[in-house]
Amino acid sequence: MRRWIGLFVYLVVLVAFFIPSILEPVLQFFFPGANEWIFPRESLIKLTTEHLLLSLLAGAVAAVIGMGLGIAATRRAGRPFLTLIRDVSSLAQTMPPAAVLALAIPFLGFGFKPVLLALVCYSTLPVLNNTLAAIENLPRPVLEAARGIGMSRLQVLLQIELPLALPVIGTGIRICVVINVGTATIGALAGAGGLGSVIVAGLTRNNPAWVFQGAIASASLALMLNSLLLAAEHGLQPAILRNHIDGNSALSA
Amino acid sequence: MTLEWRNASKAYGKKRAVNDFSLEVPKGELLVLVGPSGCGKTTSLRMINRLVDPSSGKILVDGRDVSEIPVTELRRHIGYVIQQVGLFPHMNVAENIGAVPRLLKWNKVKIQARVRELLDLVGLPADDYSEAWPAHLSGGEAQRVGVARALAADPPILLMDEPFGAVDPLTREVLQREFLRIRSTLKKTVVFVTHDLDEAIRLGDCIAVMNGGRLVAAAAPGELLLNANPFIRDFTGEDRALRRLARLSVGDTIGQTTPIAPGGYGDSGTPTGLIRTDATLKEALSLMLEAGESSLNAVSPSGRHMGKLTMENLLENAAGIGVS
Repeated sequence: MRRWIGLFVYLVVLVAFFIPSILEPVLQFFFPGANEWIFPRESLIKLTTEHLLLSLLAGAVAAVIGMGLGIAATRRAGRPFLTLIRDVSSLAQTMPPAAVLALAIPFLGFGFKPVLLALVCYSTLPVLNNTLAAIENLPRPVLEAARGIGMSRLQVLLQIELPLALPVIGTGIRICVVINVGTATIGALAGAGGLGSVIVAGLTRNNPAWVFQGAIASASLALMLNSLLLAAEHGLQPAILRNHIDGNSALSA
Repeated sequence: MTLEWRNASKAYGKKRAVNDFSLEVPKGELLVLVGPSGCGKTTSLRMINRLVDPSSGKILVDGRDVSEIPVTELRRHIGYVIQQVGLFPHMNVAENIGAVPRLLKWNKVKIQARVRELLDLVGLPADDYSEAWPAHLSGGEAQRVGVARALAADPPILLMDEPFGAVDPLTREVLQREFLRIRSTLKKTVVFVTHDLDEAIRLGDCIAVMNGGRLVAAAAPGELLLNANPFIRDFTGEDRALRRLARLSVGDTIGQTTPIAPGGYGDSGTPTGLIRTDATLKEALSLMLEAGESSLNAVSPSGRHMGKLTMENLLENAAGIGVS
């Protein structure tokens, strides 16, 4: 239940930020020196939606790429590429997203596309790493039994490997999405909108009230998604682990 | 189904795990592959369901080369039990047992009925266990489920790789006894790998001793214990005579003794110790040593007097002069 309370709190904070008549007095209290409190160009709700779409889309692409590479690298034919895949993905994460953005703009132009690329590069590694770790660490006897009873390689993957690896992969996806919500603020630099534009405008116009509302809104968005995905992860756990956590054994029933 | 290794070899780099192994298992027989670790017994076993492909030579199932049978098809018709059991942790007991029937696309009702039947066979009440999770089972219970899963689609061949190796000695004996009971009801060709000679002797119709990837000898347990090969003598140990006695029951031996006169109590007429006919000769020897007597009266489980067992009977059987 506690995780739902967290989710609710973040949601309330976010919604409160969407209503100017609530937000303005708060900002006036904290930042009495500012001359303008509410970001005038776009409504916060529109910026949040943009931000959310951008980070979720990047998360989805990163999840597909990370899982795909992770699965491919753990197949028999893909094993030789495992180190290569790991290295390339680590390299992609070591490049600062702002640098990727700067390098990509000449090719992809301003707007949505270079930001998406930067986010995907930056957030694929956690999904890939978790996919590799989860599949590599599955108990050998279970896989041997699966093959021994006559499952095809695809059946072993779909019926045994993925269901058992899913909770750990889910954690990777959650980390990836949270990273993206934080990092998507750089979208403003390429004109892709999002909550970053409030922060950037606040910095250039020397208005801390704008920086504050952009930062708090994106932080509550990240925290909210984190709790939501945590709940989803709990749902992905095999029933057995849930039973362990809830402390009721199937046999004692 | 019959099973045969024909000049099978498996090389890993320069090392030959299995070297020119040839052996035939007649239909319905239980072959035990036994030997020190690294002798190639598990590799030989895994050649049958193609978890290992031989570098040379072939494996025949009912005269058919296994390399010509689609691998999933082959495996679905060969039961496979491993030491670590390998139950699928995200499936409950019933789903684990139903795994092969699901692969074979049986309908749900048939699978459900089969699962109940198998749980019953391996001595786990279906009502208590079908919904249980593997993580909640004891080692012995898990391996019973493992055996049930292997038997689910009623395969004619069963491969068992040290199935009782990971459970405590007491449970192991219970499982061995139950396995013998199950085997007597289902006539399957079984290949059983173990490094435990006592287990091999207790279970096997035929024991194949392997060393360094080669077959040293294959014989019925009684004969094997008489084998003069130095490796086998070393492997069977100085107490091999006791192992022979452990294989024979008082009831089997009593036929060789002279039936005593009705109502009589031995030659001298003094009552000696009693031994049940379903006890082993090893137990009889132990009783004789304990009582300091050289003969025992054999009684049937129902208490009927069956005859007299003497030290001479034991000596004959231990040396292999009697029927093995």
